[in-house]
Amino acid sequence: MSIDNQSSLRNFAIRYGFLLLLVGLILYFSFAAEGFASPRSAVFIFQSVSITGVLALGVTATLVVDGFDLSIGSVATSALMLSAYVMVVLEMSAFTAIVACLIMGAIVGFVNGVLIVKARVPDLLATLGMMFLLIGLQRIPTEGRSISTGMRLPNGDTAEGVYSHSFLWLGRHRLDFFLENLIPIPVIIFILVGVLIWIFLELTRHGRLMYAIGSNETATALAGANVSKYKILAYVISGVMASVGGILLSARLGRGDIASGNNLLLDSVAAALIGFAVLGAAKPNAFGTAIGALFVGVLLQGLTMMNAPYYTQDFVKGSVLVIALIFTFALSSKGRKTGH
Amino acid sequence: MTDLACQVLGIVKSFGPNKVLREVNLDLPAGKVTVLMGANGAGKSTLVNILCGVHAADTGSMTLFGKSFWPDSPADAFQSGVVTVHQSINNGVIPDLDVASNLMIDRLAEKTTGFFIKSEKLRQEALEVAATMDLDVDVKACIRDLGLADRQMIAIARAMTRNPKLLILDEPTSSLSANEAQRLFRLLETLKDQGVAILYISHRMSDIRSVADRIVAMRDGKISGLFEDALLDYEGAVTAMLGQKMSQSDFLLNPKGEPILKISNAKLNSSSTPFDLTFYKNEIVAIAGLLGSGKTALASAIFGLNTLLDGFMTLHGEKYKPMNPWDAIEAGVFMCPKDRAANAIISEFDIKNNLALPFLHHHSWLSFIKRQSITNNAKKTISELGVVCQSELDPVTTLSGGNQQKVMVGRWLSVASDVLLLDEPFQGVDIKARRDIGDHIRSSSKDRATIVFVAELDEALEIADRVVVLHEGDNVGDFENTVENLSQIVSRYSGQTETYNQTNPRT
Repeated sequence: MSIDNQSSLRNFAIRYGFLLLLVGLILYFSFAAEGFASPRSAVFIFQSVSITGVLALGVTATLVVDGFDLSIGSVATSALMLSAYVMVVLEMSAFTAIVACLIMGAIVGFVNGVLIVKARVPDLLATLGMMFLLIGLQRIPTEGRSISTGMRLPNGDTAEGVYSHSFLWLGRHRLDFFLENLIPIPVIIFILVGVLIWIFLELTRHGRLMYAIGSNETATALAGANVSKYKILAYVISGVMASVGGILLSARLGRGDIASGNNLLLDSVAAALIGFAVLGAAKPNAFGTAIGALFVGVLLQGLTMMNAPYYTQDFVKGSVLVIALIFTFALSSKGRKTGH
Repeated sequence: MTDLACQVLGIVKSFGPNKVLREVNLDLPAGKVTVLMGANGAGKSTLVNILCGVHAADTGSMTLFGKSFWPDSPADAFQSGVVTVHQSINNGVIPDLDVASNLMIDRLAEKTTGFFIKSEKLRQEALEVAATMDLDVDVKACIRDLGLADRQMIAIARAMTRNPKLLILDEPTSSLSANEAQRLFRLLETLKDQGVAILYISHRMSDIRSVADRIVAMRDGKISGLFEDALLDYEGAVTAMLGQKMSQSDFLLNPKGEPILKISNAKLNSSSTPFDLTFYKNEIVAIAGLLGSGKTALASAIFGLNTLLDGFMTLHGEKYKPMNPWDAIEAGVFMCPKDRAANAIISEFDIKNNLALPFLHHHSWLSFIKRQSITNNAKKTISELGVVCQSELDPVTTLSGGNQQKVMVGRWLSVASDVLLLDEPFQGVDIKARRDIGDHIRSSSKDRATIVFVAELDEALEIADRVVVLHEGDNVGDFENTVENLSQIVSRYSGQTETYNQTNPRT
């Protein structure tokens, strides 16, 4: 009987442990940090993780097919530079900038997928190469400089274009919700993307087949599924989501800042991996990824309000990730099998 | 004149509740090739693993040249002179190193070897080894650039550098051509002259006829037959390996319906003779053949995984040439693949999702999955096949092997098919589940042609209306499964026939 109790306690810990930890953190900060338990602070948390979260939801799709996408950070910064270039240098509309970024993300994802599926390059190496390539590529048009109105172009002209208001609206506008100017557009987009990816992965047969591919690729192919198509699709989703993140970053900054977005890759991968631990899933899942991103956001916001210095942030994120991975792999029997 | 090289006495070995070896007694005389035959699961590999120090026996004793022999590790067995070449070639070679390093790798691992490699000396020694082996490869070539056959020869050559007293070869010719196999057999002759005892594990009758001095048959963890007369009784050995009672199950043969799938002029490998086969509605055909018989090639061609070397297929009278499994499934041709762990099970899914996997489009609306439809399908299959489980929500990995296999077969029975291929459907399945699966396949076979691919003849006899025997890509027998035909089927299966000529004359 005591063994029964023990195992049911363990099951409970695996399933709800991480969510309880999140609730505990929120309660603790509400008492310990003044002003933490307020709508504005909650929105700030959502806002701080919205871009990372969108990227993390994209990388979740590649994790589902047992792949990995290291290029998401550089796709996002490429989208940042591309949107600035289209509007500031080419003086085109916000709509053109957005479409150009989304197409760029889709193409990069497609090329990643083809490299992995057709050229048989291992996923980590293919996307590492793509990451490198994009980091270099985004510097070439402006000779390595940031893009802003009035900058000198390589041919000696001055850039005359400006960020359009409708583009900046994406990053800066706040909707009224009970309180005036409460919810920023990026938060809406983050939630929307989360719901869409969740629906796709959990409720459609395409998502189900992608999970099957991640578990046993050969078996899924022998069941008649077009494995190559689904794997490429996963990387396209990841690329497009990363470019959405880049557009939001660009709209928030209002300039093509070459030095921005350095942390995006690590933060979003961490969020997706932390997501494995949520509800004992022990596998990539959209809900877990969103919770993972919020968990990091809550922790950083709380610590910041308690005057923890900024340079401890990465240490905190790393610790959360390690703990989450222990939840996933050491505690659950599912994880134990995939862990080797 | 023949000394006893190795003697095995009363070896017992269990894995958990499974008794794999029950008191095995085996003598291996020096200077003789002893062939070990046995069906899958008979305990051959366990016995080999005990001899080469991978596993320790529970009880029993072994002697090597009169001295007690009880290896606690593979290295220990090497030291004593027991050298094993395992079936999986890539365990025997290191693909990223060149031939010379591979041949001399054991020398490199010795502590007495210096810190730096003397490349020239290494190559010189490797050349000597290669020369004794009659091995014609560039010692500077990298293993991964070589074909499977060369790799296999190198793995064997590597074993030779250890001066074995007992050499164990596990299916050594499974990737060799007839020519290369001859080279290996010549080498075995030389070794025999040097007094090496050889334990040769094989399924291939042509090999066995070329090399065997003695045949030992194993079944269910025991030695079921020993043949060492001057004229070896091959058919007797096969019967001993398969068990005494070779009889059909008591069912009436299904009447043949209209022809559904026709295969014309099919050529399975480069040296085989093309043949025709027709599969009829309501009929269950077993394709029986050992490893390398070409049954996998045939199954793969029908399911669109590869194409026939030559020949064509028609389905309902129309040309049928699937390019991938999806084409085959669309055309109504389903396959339940062999080796469920690698090829069929989605271990992270529960039973109901495993069952629905190939037909998710039947269970969804605008791509959205209808949960109820998947659950109903699962409940139906579970009750029809008698899957023992708590509910359709159980993870599939919690089921026993037999029940997992029921789920894998049930997956393809849930939607009506025109042709159903089952590749080794009884692999790793207990007798009860095997009956359940067999009965269900027979009772549901009315509207389709069913083709079962099996290596074990008794499984074929248990389920089929017609048995087709394949041997190294040739169709060597096509019989109704009746009592009158039984002895014919058995003799074709064991390769004892005058109607076709063996390509491997004894040298």
